[in-house]
Amino acid sequence: MVVFGVMFVMALGCSLAMLFAPNAVHVALYLVGAQIALALAFLLQGAFFVAAIQIIVYAGAIMVLFLFVIMLLGIDLKESLNEPLSGQRGIAIGLGALLAVGLLFVAIQGVDLAAGGGDGAEALTALNRDPGNVKALARTLFSDYLLPFEVTSILLVVAIVGVMVLARRLSAVETEGRPSLSSTEATKSDRELEESGVA
Amino acid sequence: MSVAPGFYLVLAGLMFAIGVVGVLVRRNAIVIFMFVELMLNAVNLMFVTFARQHGTVDGQVLVFFVLVVAAAEVVVGLAIISLIFRHRVSSNVDEINLLRR
Repeated sequence: MVVFGVMFVMALGCSLAMLFAPNAVHVALYLVGAQIALALAFLLQGAFFVAAIQIIVYAGAIMVLFLFVIMLLGIDLKESLNEPLSGQRGIAIGLGALLAVGLLFVAIQGVDLAAGGGDGAEALTALNRDPGNVKALARTLFSDYLLPFEVTSILLVVAIVGVMVLARRLSAVETEGRPSLSSTEATKSDRELEESGVA
Repeated sequence: MSVAPGFYLVLAGLMFAIGVVGVLVRRNAIVIFMFVELMLNAVNLMFVTFARQHGTVDGQVLVFFVLVVAAAEVVVGLAIISLIFRHRVSSNVDEINLLRR
């Protein structure tokens, strides 16, 4: 109960601090705090492997990638405070409050907060004890969810190829010293036209 | 597991709403990406809570898929942001209007 309270305050406090932090690095650090608090929530609910993955992949790898790009682009970037659409901030906060009220209503009404709403904690604890959390996860992932697992590999390949294409265009601009890709394509086609004319 | 699962859902709902407000309010593209990550994290918490309510690990498996999608999205999105930053030295989403012409 005490651990849940600490986790709740830490997760919500870090999320709110993200909204008001002016610096991008501070936002990233608060996000790491919120993710560590969520890992604690996963531990409290018997999802041990997911909690470890949350810290290793999210708070580790992905946030390091974020910080790397922030450092690459410059950390002293100030966010402009003028609104292009008047009243955008107030409308956004109003809509967010409406969404929060709706989600709270669903959580309280639909799941029956007081009664615990069909708690399967005993079954999950038994599952964590007999085959073990990782074994149970692996059996489910490689039997029931085998096709989504394979489709995930396609997604990763597409992401890798996409990033390689983006990066290649960057290096071409740098090495040839031209402002955009279209000019290099134009010169190439011109050269081909000349060659065909000569031939 | 002494605390009722409804309280975890309340936390996840509040975090998701904060993420939505952050995406709508902030102007820096990287910060907007971080709020998207916050929303994905809130959804992960919901999945784990539902897995606990059903007494199976299916919801925990779905967290892995959310994680993979988040990783791929971050890699591609940050590559696009750094490309835009090379061309016009800004990460303000209001100044990115290349598709407007």
